[in-house]
Amino acid sequence: MNEKRKVLIKVRNVNKSFGGVVAVDNLSFELLEGEVLGVIGPNGSGKTTIVNIITGFLKPDSGEVFFMDKRLTGLSPFKVAELGVTRTFQIVRPYPSMKAYKNLIVPLWSQRARRFAGSRGGDRDAVAIDLLEEVGFERDAFVPYKLASALPLGYLKRLELARCLALRPEVIICDEVFSGLSMSEIASMLPLVEKLRMKGATLIMVEHRLRELFSVANRLLVMNFGVKIAEGEPEQVMEDERVRRAYLGEEISF
Amino acid sequence: MAGEERRKERLDRGIKARAESLYAVSSWREASYLLAPRAGLIIGLLIAPLLAPSLYWQRVIGLAGVYALLALSFDFLAERVGLVCIGGAFMIGVGGYISGGLNYYFGLPVVLTIPIGTFGGAIICTLVWLPCLPLRGIYFAVVTFMFPFLAVSVILAGGLFGGTEGLSPVAGLPNWVGIYLILTLVLVAIFGVRRLCGEDIGLVFQGIKDNDQAVLASAVNITRVKIYALFVATSIGCFAGAFVSHFFGFAGLSLFAIDFTIMPIAASIMGGPATLAGPAVGAFILAPLSELLRGFGQLRVVFYCVVLVGFILFKPEGLLNWASRRYHQFEHWVKV
Repeated sequence: MNEKRKVLIKVRNVNKSFGGVVAVDNLSFELLEGEVLGVIGPNGSGKTTIVNIITGFLKPDSGEVFFMDKRLTGLSPFKVAELGVTRTFQIVRPYPSMKAYKNLIVPLWSQRARRFAGSRGGDRDAVAIDLLEEVGFERDAFVPYKLASALPLGYLKRLELARCLALRPEVIICDEVFSGLSMSEIASMLPLVEKLRMKGATLIMVEHRLRELFSVANRLLVMNFGVKIAEGEPEQVMEDERVRRAYLGEEISF
Repeated sequence: MAGEERRKERLDRGIKARAESLYAVSSWREASYLLAPRAGLIIGLLIAPLLAPSLYWQRVIGLAGVYALLALSFDFLAERVGLVCIGGAFMIGVGGYISGGLNYYFGLPVVLTIPIGTFGGAIICTLVWLPCLPLRGIYFAVVTFMFPFLAVSVILAGGLFGGTEGLSPVAGLPNWVGIYLILTLVLVAIFGVRRLCGEDIGLVFQGIKDNDQAVLASAVNITRVKIYALFVATSIGCFAGAFVSHFFGFAGLSLFAIDFTIMPIAASIMGGPATLAGPAVGAFILAPLSELLRGFGQLRVVFYCVVLVGFILFKPEGLLNWASRRYHQFEHWVKV
């Protein structure tokens, strides 16, 4: 492993509670450039909360989040996205009344996307359709031209990813892109994540499906009740006794 | 026992090609098929005052134009941006008082007061509603609904702008100039707002309505976009207000009347929400109808309610959506 990789995201002593429930408890971690960090944990362990805190959708009670040297805490979500820290939503958020490719006009219209637009900046429709093809929308089957409300979940998850890609992101935070998908949909989604990784994208994958995460993540961070219980290479993390107990139960079977 | 079951089959006319706004037009017949509804609207509006039987009905058409602008403004904000703004009376009042006041106190000519009333009023409306922009749906509606009452109280308590008397006389507009000014502006506003909604920023508006969190995650400053939309919509409303003060030669508390809030909503529901042109057309039907019922006095409110409830129950899509479906699709019954 390269020793001198740049730290892109630094989460430092973040706390967040909702009423009496502690969602995130003094969490710290770092994300290095070009790595795929898997965040796993049982339901309610604070995975989505930490995504919301990094991307500005929630304010932490205490603690800070940095992107390179910029402080993200306190910034509005759109500012965070403008810096290149993008996210997908676990519960997909398409614009149902628009066609799939028109959904991407919104991010392509943003300041950030326009900075990167270059010579084809004026033709956002064409860029949008190219982006959709990149995430696996079949151009020939006219899938990009269907209304978003008519698309199955598998495509909506891809649309979420395409929305991030439209912004030429520095970091993509995927909030459970595999959840709710059938086995065959997952099988076709995995190469996509793999492709992103090969291109050198920096990803945080929040999941509770272990098998998929194992094949793509360089490093895992395991959470339980808002506390980080383990961090490290996948094999090494799975050896950890606490992880087995918290996440897999007493008996393990793969 | 009933006979064989039947269902209605709907077929699109062959003219539509792939994208919503893109047509493959190959003949004059097809071109005229597309142009006819637009031309019908333009010609219909422009000859309507000529067909009006008396001066009274010409004035009614002018007033219907005011309601049409308000309905368009309401429909644009509520259905295309997701801001349910029911402060129509406030826009009329602010636009009317600015324009009328400038003429009454400083003697500025109408060519100046109407533009100042339009854009000055839009700036004021946008600024006072700015703090409420993070509110969604019904909450934004409630806040905007309060503003006309607030303005009336302020004017009464402070004895401002002539208090209960209002400002009179305000320079009037010649009848025909006034009528054609408002009708032209209705047409410009309909086609202009439709164009705006078809642009990329229109998709961002729609995105805010569909899912504002996703727009935030797309690195778009939604407050700025909402301010822009609000400014466009309040410009339309304040123009209508500035026009009213000159059309009737008077700027008073009646500019804040609840009618200016309620009627556009009824027109919008009747004409077809989200169609932009529909609410304007609805206003041109509803305003004269309501004048016909003037003899019933306060019972006219019952009439509005019946129209509203009737359309919500029996034709929730509204007139224009229904008409355009009939126009763009063949319908016939087929055996199942």
